[in-house]
Amino acid sequence: MSLAPAIEVRGLVKKYGEKVAVSGIDLTVERGEIFALLGPNGAGKTTTVEILEGYRSANSGQVKVLGFDPATKGAAGQKWRNQIGVVLQSTSDAADLSVVETISHYANYYEKARDVDQVIDEVGLREKINAKLRELSSGQRRRLDVALGIIGSPELLFLDEPTTGFDPEARRSFWDLIRTLKAEGTTILLTTHYLDEAQALADRVGVINDGKIIEIATPDTLGGRNNAPAKVTWLEDGRVQEVLSKNPTEEVLKLSQKFNGQIPELQVLRPNLEEIYLRMIGELK
Amino acid sequence: MNSLNEVLRIGLLRAGLELKQFLRQRESVVFTLFFPVILLFIFGSVFKDTIAPGVTFSQYFVAGMIASGLVNTGFQQLAITIPMERDDGTLKRLRGTPMSVTSYFIGKALLVTILMIIQTALLLFFGTLMFGLKLPTSPTLWWNFTWLVILGSACSTVLGIAFSVVPKSGRGASAVVSPIVIILQFFSGVFFVFTSLPTWMQQFAALFPLKWLTQGMRSVFLPEDFATQEVAGSWEIQKTAIIISIWLVAGLILSIRTFKWSRE
Repeated sequence: MSLAPAIEVRGLVKKYGEKVAVSGIDLTVERGEIFALLGPNGAGKTTTVEILEGYRSANSGQVKVLGFDPATKGAAGQKWRNQIGVVLQSTSDAADLSVVETISHYANYYEKARDVDQVIDEVGLREKINAKLRELSSGQRRRLDVALGIIGSPELLFLDEPTTGFDPEARRSFWDLIRTLKAEGTTILLTTHYLDEAQALADRVGVINDGKIIEIATPDTLGGRNNAPAKVTWLEDGRVQEVLSKNPTEEVLKLSQKFNGQIPELQVLRPNLEEIYLRMIGELK
Repeated sequence: MNSLNEVLRIGLLRAGLELKQFLRQRESVVFTLFFPVILLFIFGSVFKDTIAPGVTFSQYFVAGMIASGLVNTGFQQLAITIPMERDDGTLKRLRGTPMSVTSYFIGKALLVTILMIIQTALLLFFGTLMFGLKLPTSPTLWWNFTWLVILGSACSTVLGIAFSVVPKSGRGASAVVSPIVIILQFFSGVFFVFTSLPTWMQQFAALFPLKWLTQGMRSVFLPEDFATQEVAGSWEIQKTAIIISIWLVAGLILSIRTFKWSRE
């Protein structure tokens, strides 16, 4: 028996009154991959994800999450939620409960909950186990959100802008946590504003703008990034010179001959994901 | 797994969690549990008059305060805290789990019941100790007291859940809900002797359950012949049961049909 893809969306449309938030999205996320959904605010990202999570219903189109329609009401819909984990944006609930009380309580909701202690260790909250949630820093709070998202051992985890407000170190250790989850076989749908995060974590990225998916590709090939001209810069006549080239090695060789070896302050810059992304959504606006 | 047992089990766990959270918020403990007792002290100390032979105003007031305690711990508390839970992400998070909405409602109802028992006990204790409240002696009156508390709490709970969709935000909820409760208390004969109120006020109050609850509580705690001083000249026990039941059913239907997990 082959499993259905983690997420399968065909022709998804969602309107709020006259306003079309999502206008015909097709998307497939395979089991075990980390898929990052990128897009400016108001592009339809959150709406799409909330339909997949079962918070909203679509106007038209086919949506299957783990082979199940998330809009299903009643007991079947509740049961399906055993298989997913949702990490929402900025929460401030349960301020008067401790970390361990909150995680242990949520563990009761699931058919196959993970070991509470193990989850606390995985998200790195061991030292804060008895701290009230109101006392946690924003990074620790996010870790708690993730703990509640994974306590039911979900097959699919939704992460909505998980590292907003993190310092660089906290972000790196958070990424390690996500990689651990992937290694355990969890499929992850990530939305983020940080392109370096998508680059670091995602197997594939999808860019969404004006309610449509513009492109789906690996982070390295998105927007023709692998074939895009690189920027070569160096110091000459007291000024930084630059040239765009499809063949930067050739440029460097030429410069090396010109300078007789060492090229002052040489840099070869491939366009990063952020530049590609901004170009993509800029072109379409 | 999602059987009735499971829904009940989670409901009990939620009640425990709700109670834990409630008791850790000092403001809510003071305002929900002790405020009626504080009011009893103020009113009981200021109004020492006798309103009928053998009936002091403080006796009259305790009966009303027990009734409005049902409105405080149920309706008022839920109609304020549920919008706050909607704002702070509690409800959205719960919605993303396999927890059934019924378990959430059970948790709320049990919380209200527990708070109600504590609050009523406090009022009865201080009422008898300091303000000459006489506890009923006949089993019939205790029976009436019991069903009034159960029916009243249930009605108050479902109306609180139903009303929780009205406040636009958690922060504004108190400003929307509290005046309604206070006005109802004035109109329903909690702070004043009901029959001394203008007729239009009495008639308006008679549309809502609080008036009937206070009258029911008076039937329990005041001498039997005080009934002649009531508007109808009797305690209207059956009518009270019917009217509160109608509100209970209406509230139940409304709360199931209109309950919102998120603000939009």
